Amino acid sequence: MKLSLRGLKRLVPGAHWLVIAPPYLWLLLFFAVPFVIVFKISLADALIAQPPYSPLMDFVNGVLTIRVNFDNYLFLFSDSLYLDAYLSSIKIAAISTLICLLVGYPIAYGIARADGPLQGLLLMLVILPSWTSFLIRIYAWMGLLRNNGIINTALMGMGIVDEPLRLMNTEFAVYIGIVYTYLPFLVLPLYANLVKLDNRLLEAATDLGANAVSRFFRITLPLSKAGVIAGCMLVFIPAVGEFVIPELLGGSEALMIGKVLWGEFFLNRDWPVASAVATLMLLVLLIPITLFHRYQFREMEAKR
Amino acid sequence: MSESTQQEAYIRVADVSKSFDDFVALNGIDLVINKGEIFALLGASGCGKSTLLRVLAGFERPSAGDILLEGESILGLPPNERPFNMMFQSYALFPHMTVEQNLAFGLQQEGLPKAQIAERVSEMLERVQMNHLRKRKPHQLSGGQQQRVALARSLVKSPKLLLLDEPMGALDKKLRNRMQLEVANMIESLGVTCVMVTHDQEEAMTMATRIAIMEAGRIMQIGTPDEIYEQPNCRYTAEFIGSVNLFDGVIDQDEPNFVTIACPALTRPIYIGHGITGFEGQKASVAVRPEKICISHERPEQEYNCEPGEIDDIAYLGSHSVYYVKLPSGKSVSVTSMNDERWAGERLTWHDKVWVYWDDNSPVVLTS
Repeated sequence: MKLSLRGLKRLVPGAHWLVIAPPYLWLLLFFAVPFVIVFKISLADALIAQPPYSPLMDFVNGVLTIRVNFDNYLFLFSDSLYLDAYLSSIKIAAISTLICLLVGYPIAYGIARADGPLQGLLLMLVILPSWTSFLIRIYAWMGLLRNNGIINTALMGMGIVDEPLRLMNTEFAVYIGIVYTYLPFLVLPLYANLVKLDNRLLEAATDLGANAVSRFFRITLPLSKAGVIAGCMLVFIPAVGEFVIPELLGGSEALMIGKVLWGEFFLNRDWPVASAVATLMLLVLLIPITLFHRYQFREMEAKR
Repeated sequence: MSESTQQEAYIRVADVSKSFDDFVALNGIDLVINKGEIFALLGASGCGKSTLLRVLAGFERPSAGDILLEGESILGLPPNERPFNMMFQSYALFPHMTVEQNLAFGLQQEGLPKAQIAERVSEMLERVQMNHLRKRKPHQLSGGQQQRVALARSLVKSPKLLLLDEPMGALDKKLRNRMQLEVANMIESLGVTCVMVTHDQEEAMTMATRIAIMEAGRIMQIGTPDEIYEQPNCRYTAEFIGSVNLFDGVIDQDEPNFVTIACPALTRPIYIGHGITGFEGQKASVAVRPEKICISHERPEQEYNCEPGEIDDIAYLGSHSVYYVKLPSGKSVSVTSMNDERWAGERLTWHDKVWVYWDDNSPVVLTS
């Protein structure tokens, strides 16, 4: 017998809260509480102390003083570095997402259309690189892209170029790193969506006179929209805040907000400004996340 | 076959075979479809009827044979270039498109001007009485409405051949009976030639002009519904369509105007009031439909074709009852009797000693 939520409710009154509680508890503990702490720090003054910021509230001689400092946020707008870093991060993330989509869609489509046993193997191959540490893979790219790295050595050995191409410490290297790292996050949800596509719909389209191009753009692509959006979100959102890839592959050329954040925190030791940067970054990301959830909700409503 | 040699057949399926690996799905199918008729392929699941439909649509390539439309082979045409349209069993409506977008899809592929597409779509929606729901998506429609949209979508391109795959398969029984006539009337009024696949003999007999009975990749018999029912040409057809009493025996006397067949299960030979093509001593089966057998307490005044027995079981079905009569040999004979007066069913009851008898012309002799 399948135990439904309603059946459980009847069996143990109030038990349904046990089922619903863990995800909320999780969000509270690992998202809401840390965010409130970061937000609190962003409203404080930087101090050379332990911890390196002023308390928000003071209770001295029966007087409660609440000191809210918006200066950190104003500071972010006074120096163009921060705005540039935000815009540059969004640009890099958006272009990487687009490249991931262009590369990942054919991969996901190919896997979804492959025969049963081959499908499993191909999926394995997509996931396989993740079995190695992310950092090691990025270091491997450094080895490939360096001036005396494998690619340049090969090109010069074959006489195609006379002097090494500058591949490392460029935006190009950052794109390579992000696309390479996040491609599986786009391929997997897209594959899960495409594999569900009813072949009879394609047969019906063929029967009504559609050729392969028309079938793809009028049937396959619109029906895989949810998978495309999910995959793009999974690439875009972490890519905006990416720190390791621009730091290791992009050098000084790649300006990304994750790097700025790291710099404020560890080099300047200005926790309040770093927290303000983090808070704004979250707000920037909240827009696509909200749009995505709204779309998902609409889809679910439509299916009912 | 004579009709097809005199005039060019509209669609001719010529010796078509199809095998998947070592499974033979179609084995030398030969048939002719006339212009404007509804032709049903009837058979149990796995008999090859759906494969034949998919071969016609172009989704499967036959291993051998040819398909001719008005005398010209269409095997070279891929499915999207064949002037045939199919209504799928699951309807296969595009879930992300509205009703009118679903209908317009096929016309857009032809590159027709927008105004003309809109006009054809409206016209077809009017015909299936779905104009008021044209902005709905398929999931907002009931099963019957989805079926109308699917039918309209397969008709909107005015196909030279309409293919229906189990057209009523997804509907409940009540709706099915109504839609069978409605769909058949619409196809006939549009003058569209149609091939339908079904496993439901009632559906085939209601909708089709002619029926082909298929079994194991072969066609057993082709005929109008009454030909198939009243003149089955083989044991398989006789047993597949309706219910039947079969008596196995040997031809005893073979005269030009009558035949007698000796059956071990019966006390006397069966007498048939017309000649057949056979020879004395040949093995034969005699098929008698239950509604063509009479049942009564009194011994009928006929020498042949009557047997004593005892009522073993009764199925009361309202309009008629089915009596299962056990003969002295142990063979059970089913007899259908109309309940044409109230409480008629009470005349006969369990374990009554009765006589079953039939007319000289009621049985059909099956030698294959």
